[in-house]
Amino acid sequence: MNTTLGQFNPVAIVFFLLFIALSLGITYWAANRTNNAAQFYTAGGQITGLQNGLALAGDFMSAASFLGITGLVALNGFDGLIYSIGFLVGWPILMFLVAEPLRNLGTYTFADVVAYRMNQKPVRIASALGTLAVVSFYLIAQMVGAGNLIKLLFGIDYEIAIVIVGLVIIAYVIFGGMMATTWVQIIKAGFLLGGTVLLSILVLSRFGFNPINLFAAAANKYGSQVLAPGKQVANPLDAISLGLSLMFGTAGLPHILMRFYTVADAKTARKSVMYASWFIGSFYLLTFVLGFGAMTLLGQADIQKVDKGGNMAAPILAEALGGNVLLGFIAAVSFATILAVVAGLTLSGAASLSHDLWVNVVKNGKADEVEQLRVARYATLALAFFSIVLGIAFKGQNVAYMVGLAFAIAASGNFPSLLLSIFWRGLTTNGAIASILVGTITSLLLIYLSPTIQVDMLNHASAIFPLKNPGLVTIPLSFFVAIFVSLLEKDKRSTEKFAEVQQKIHLGSHYDIIN
Amino acid sequence: MRQKTLIKLAQQKWILSRNLSLAMMFVYFGFILLVAYNKQFMGSLIVPGMSWGILLGALVIVSVWILIYIYVRWTNNYYDHKIKQIMLHGEK
Repeated sequence: MNTTLGQFNPVAIVFFLLFIALSLGITYWAANRTNNAAQFYTAGGQITGLQNGLALAGDFMSAASFLGITGLVALNGFDGLIYSIGFLVGWPILMFLVAEPLRNLGTYTFADVVAYRMNQKPVRIASALGTLAVVSFYLIAQMVGAGNLIKLLFGIDYEIAIVIVGLVIIAYVIFGGMMATTWVQIIKAGFLLGGTVLLSILVLSRFGFNPINLFAAAANKYGSQVLAPGKQVANPLDAISLGLSLMFGTAGLPHILMRFYTVADAKTARKSVMYASWFIGSFYLLTFVLGFGAMTLLGQADIQKVDKGGNMAAPILAEALGGNVLLGFIAAVSFATILAVVAGLTLSGAASLSHDLWVNVVKNGKADEVEQLRVARYATLALAFFSIVLGIAFKGQNVAYMVGLAFAIAASGNFPSLLLSIFWRGLTTNGAIASILVGTITSLLLIYLSPTIQVDMLNHASAIFPLKNPGLVTIPLSFFVAIFVSLLEKDKRSTEKFAEVQQKIHLGSHYDIIN
Repeated sequence: MRQKTLIKLAQQKWILSRNLSLAMMFVYFGFILLVAYNKQFMGSLIVPGMSWGILLGALVIVSVWILIYIYVRWTNNYYDHKIKQIMLHGEK
């Protein structure tokens, strides 16, 4: 089979330019409404449940999910599905434990919640470190992915592609803030879901609209082991460790947590997670169809000819089923996906830098609207340049593990202190700080000592730490440290304020009316 | 009085949240443990084209929807109602 991937593709360029024009138009519209910090960070809290559900889905369904998982399933069969399932199971945890308290207790960042009854400054500094660590690794994965993808899809140079992404992000976030970012996410989620459904229908139409026929055809072609767990999960502890990180990482991702401040109240926050779980769950179910469809209709050899990791399975499948037009559409959707995710990440990183570090630590919480907005925009600019540098510096690296690492840091650095600050009366300032720092630093350290870095990247014979993902060790450790340090001391203020926290979690803005 | 009702309601909500979270962990880690330790079962076919692994994987996704549905139903029907009562009480 011949593919035009990697050559100049006018249809793809047209679709891509259409998306850019549409999103910049929205940015212009949003910019006129973004004149204070609340608008910039949270779109004034006026996003509806359905809109936020789509935007959450847009933030979460990265190119790594769409291209990466389709490719994994196409090349490995069942093993790829473990990822699609793992990425979804964090959402109920986020819903049951974190979403509503977060909305009712904080204003712009999740550090608002952790620091609420603690000594503000040190907790905010620690939370900002945790946030920036997660955001950086997530950004590297997205930027390097973007560079490779654009090179393959449009034939543009890697470095130029990275700079284009950086500049478009600056336009979205600096001028349009959360309003523009949210609408970019919504449009992108719509395109991505639409494209996935369309491709799935086209695949299933070849198999009598019965997925079982499709799986049977795949098993006929490559043997029934493609429907069974295989070599990707050779080490059971690895699978469990990755599972833990995926499950608890979602509830610690700063750009996801920040989205709950864009809605008016806890009920809407709840609704938005419900919608998001429908969209994301359906999307991951359809990756079963896309992955096995690519395996059966294209053949693994042809997929690997274009990209060894199988990342181009979905675009090639689109070309095979719908010709140049569908390829152009899917290529543009993939690029839009990266832009949207990078915009969300940049905004959450900027919020942490300006709201947590500048306003609350440097200025003691005393900064007027004009200053807050100006600092937030400078922080965005700095982060966008930082991500361009990261993208170019990490060129050619295997980035798949970086998303796993971002989830591991989020699950071990951010999630334990967030959960305990909401539900455990006894958490103290030092306990929260110790948990964040120990969780973040040990995950970074253990990743460095893991086989992924030591064996695959540095070519050493063996690794000191046996697991590819540190979650199995670092998540329990972070909880243990938080509880242990808290039990060692008395933090009177934190204990006394817990009753207020508990009331505010349930009553939200009505708490202030009543009291 | 209001304080007491709220603490009781908070307790109820925490228990539901905790139990649903544990249920999700049980389902997901049950799936992962089967994948890790009983590959033969997960690979066995129910009908040609459908293995237990794929069926259970799809059911994990469905279980996410069911658990979230239970939570949303309880909070919409019971919890929100109670909160409203507490607030009316408090404003008197």
